[in-house]
Amino acid sequence: MIPMTTITTSAIPVSPALRILPEILLTVTGVLVMLIESVLAPNTSRKPLGVMAILGTLAALAASLYQLQLPAGTAFFGTVQSDAFSVFFHLVIGGIVLVTLLVSLDYFEGHTSYVGEYYALILFGAVGMMLMTSSVELLMVFISLEISSISTYILAGYRKRSATSPEASIKYFLLGSFATAFFLYGIALCFGATGSTNIYDIAKGVASGASPLLLTVAFGMMLIGIGFKVSLAPFHVWTPDVYEGAPAPVVGLMSTAPKAAAFAVLLRIAYGAYGTMTHVWMPLIWMLAVLSMTIGNLGALTQHNVKRMLAYSSIAHAGYLLVAFTALAPMGIAAASFYTAAYAAMNVGAFAIISYLSGYDEARTNLGDYAGIARRHPMAAAALAVFLISLIGIPFTAGFFGKFYVFTAAINSGNAWLAILGLLNSGVAAFYYLRLLGQMYMLPQEAGLAPDTIRARPSFVLGVAILVIAVFALGIFPNSALRLARAGAATFNVQHRIAAAAFPVARFER
Amino acid sequence: MHLALFLIFGLLCIGGALNLLLQRHPINSALSLIVVMSSLSVLYLLLGAEFLALAQIIVYSGAIMVLFVFVIMLLNAGEEQRTHGSRAAYLAGIPGVLALFAVLASTFFTLRTNLGSARLGSFLVSTGDLSRVLFRNLLLPFEVTSVLILVAILGAVVLAGKEQ
Repeated sequence: MIPMTTITTSAIPVSPALRILPEILLTVTGVLVMLIESVLAPNTSRKPLGVMAILGTLAALAASLYQLQLPAGTAFFGTVQSDAFSVFFHLVIGGIVLVTLLVSLDYFEGHTSYVGEYYALILFGAVGMMLMTSSVELLMVFISLEISSISTYILAGYRKRSATSPEASIKYFLLGSFATAFFLYGIALCFGATGSTNIYDIAKGVASGASPLLLTVAFGMMLIGIGFKVSLAPFHVWTPDVYEGAPAPVVGLMSTAPKAAAFAVLLRIAYGAYGTMTHVWMPLIWMLAVLSMTIGNLGALTQHNVKRMLAYSSIAHAGYLLVAFTALAPMGIAAASFYTAAYAAMNVGAFAIISYLSGYDEARTNLGDYAGIARRHPMAAAALAVFLISLIGIPFTAGFFGKFYVFTAAINSGNAWLAILGLLNSGVAAFYYLRLLGQMYMLPQEAGLAPDTIRARPSFVLGVAILVIAVFALGIFPNSALRLARAGAATFNVQHRIAAAAFPVARFER
Repeated sequence: MHLALFLIFGLLCIGGALNLLLQRHPINSALSLIVVMSSLSVLYLLLGAEFLALAQIIVYSGAIMVLFVFVIMLLNAGEEQRTHGSRAAYLAGIPGVLALFAVLASTFFTLRTNLGSARLGSFLVSTGDLSRVLFRNLLLPFEVTSVLILVAILGAVVLAGKEQ
C-alpha cells in the first residue's frame, strides 16, 4: 500500500541528496564502469562491467522505492521534486534499463571494442531520463533531456560496420537536435511570458491570465519538441529509419525509456504548468493523438521489415497514450503513466526477442524470415507471441489494461469520439501483429536453411522472463502499479502546497 | 541608435546564417558562422546581457570556432557537391518555416506593447548576482552538465575510435 499521506509537505527537512539518490547511484556506477573499462586488458570479456551496471541499476531501483517513504517535496532550490509521480517513472525507466542490460549482456561482446562504454552510456542516459521525470524546473528538464538524447544518438550508431546504423545515428542526431531547439525556444517564450522557468511559478503565471497568446505559442513549441522525441505524427519521419538501423536491444531501450521520460515531462508541463489552460492544449493534443494513431497503424500495415513495422506501431502507441491526455487531470495522468509502463514491458520484450533471433548482424529482419520460426525456436516464438498479443491489447495482458484505462478515462471525460477512433485503430493494428504471429506459427519453415547457432544465455532468459511476468502481472494484477500511478497523479492536485514551500526560483530581478 | 545597431547586426546575423548554408566550401561556412556568433553577441549586448555577450565571443567565436576551422583544415575538406535537396524538404520545409515565422512574428507584433524592453546598460549584472544564480539556485543543472559533457566525450571515443 502506497501511503497517500506522502503528498503533504512535512516540516522535517529531507537531505537534498536523498531527492536525487537514484541518479547519484547511477552516475557513480557509470563513472566506475568507465574508469574500470580503461584499466581492463583489451580483448578480455567486459561482462563484469555489465554485471556492475546491473547492480547499480538495482541499487537505483531500491533507492527509488525508498523515496516513496520520503514526504514529497523539492530540493536544490526548487529544481527537482521527488514524489509518487517521479518514483513511478523512475521505476519504469530503471526497469527498462535493467532488462536492456540483461538482454544485451552478450549482444555486443566480441563485435565491438567499446562494450564497456556501452554500459556507461546506458547508465548515464538513465540518469538523464530519471532527472527529466523529477525536474520541476525547465532548465533542468532541458539539460537532462540532452543527456538522455545524446546518449541514445550514440547508442543508435553502435553497429559501426553496418551501413544503416551510422545512418540511423546521424538522422536521429540531426532531427533530435532540431527538436531540442524547438523545446528550448518554448522554454524561452515561457520565461518571457511568466518570468520564470519553474513549473509552479509558470502555473501561477498561467493562472493569472497574463499573456495567454505567448503562453500558447510557448506550449506549441514545447509540444513540437516533445512530439519529435516521442515520435508523434507528423513529427515521426525519423522513427522507421532509426529503428531499422539501430541495434535491436538499443531500439527496445530508446523506444520506451526516453519516451516515458518525455511523456512525464509533457504531463508535468500540460497538467502542472498549464493546468488552467486545458481548453488551449487539449485540441492540439487531440489532433496529434488522432494523427499518430492513424498514420502509425496505416504505415505499419505496409511494412515488410519487422523493425520498421514495430517503429510505426510505436508511433501508434504514442497516439494511444496521448488519448489519456485529453482526460481530466487525475484520471488522465494515472492512465498515461500506467500506459508507459505497459508499453515498456511489451515493446522492450519484442525487440529483445528480435535481437535474439536475428543476432548482431540482423539476419532476420523481414516478415518472411519469421516463417515457421515457432518450430525452430519454440520458446522465443512463444515469448514474442506474448508481447505481440499484449501489443494488440488482448485481455489478461498489460496492453489490454493500458488501453482500457486510457479509453475509459477519455470516455469519462466526454471524449467518446476519440476513444472510438482509438478502438478502430486497435482493430487495424491487430491485423499486422497477427500477420507476424501467423508467419511464426502457421507457415512451414523454408527449406534449405542452415541450422541456427544461436543459444540463449541465462541473463537473456532472465531478462525476457522478467518482461513476460511484467506483461501478465500488469494485465492480471494491475492494482499495485495503478495505485502508484494514481498516487503520482494525486501529487498534481496539491501542487500549490508544495509550491508554497518551494524556494524562490532563479531569475534576474530587474 | 539602438534600432540602427539592432537592424545592422540582425541583418548581418541572418545574412551570415544564409551564407553558411549556401557556401560550398566548409571553411567559408565556418567563417560565416563566426559572423553569426559575433553579431548575435552584439544583439545580446543590446538586450543588456553584457556577460552573455562576452561569453558568446570568448567561447563561441573564439574557442569553438577556432577548433572548427582547425579541424576543417586538418581534414583538408574539399568543396562539397551541390545537391538539389529532397522534394519533401521543399514541399514541407519551406511552408513550415514560413508558417513558423508568421506565427512568431504575429505573436510578437500583437504583444509588442506589453512585452517591455531592455536596454544596454539599463542594469548591470555583477559577478555576485551571476554566481548566486549559477552556483545556488541553478546549482543542480550546473553540476549535471558535467554528466552531459561526460556523455559527449564517451560518444566521441566510441564513434571516432577504431575497432580493434
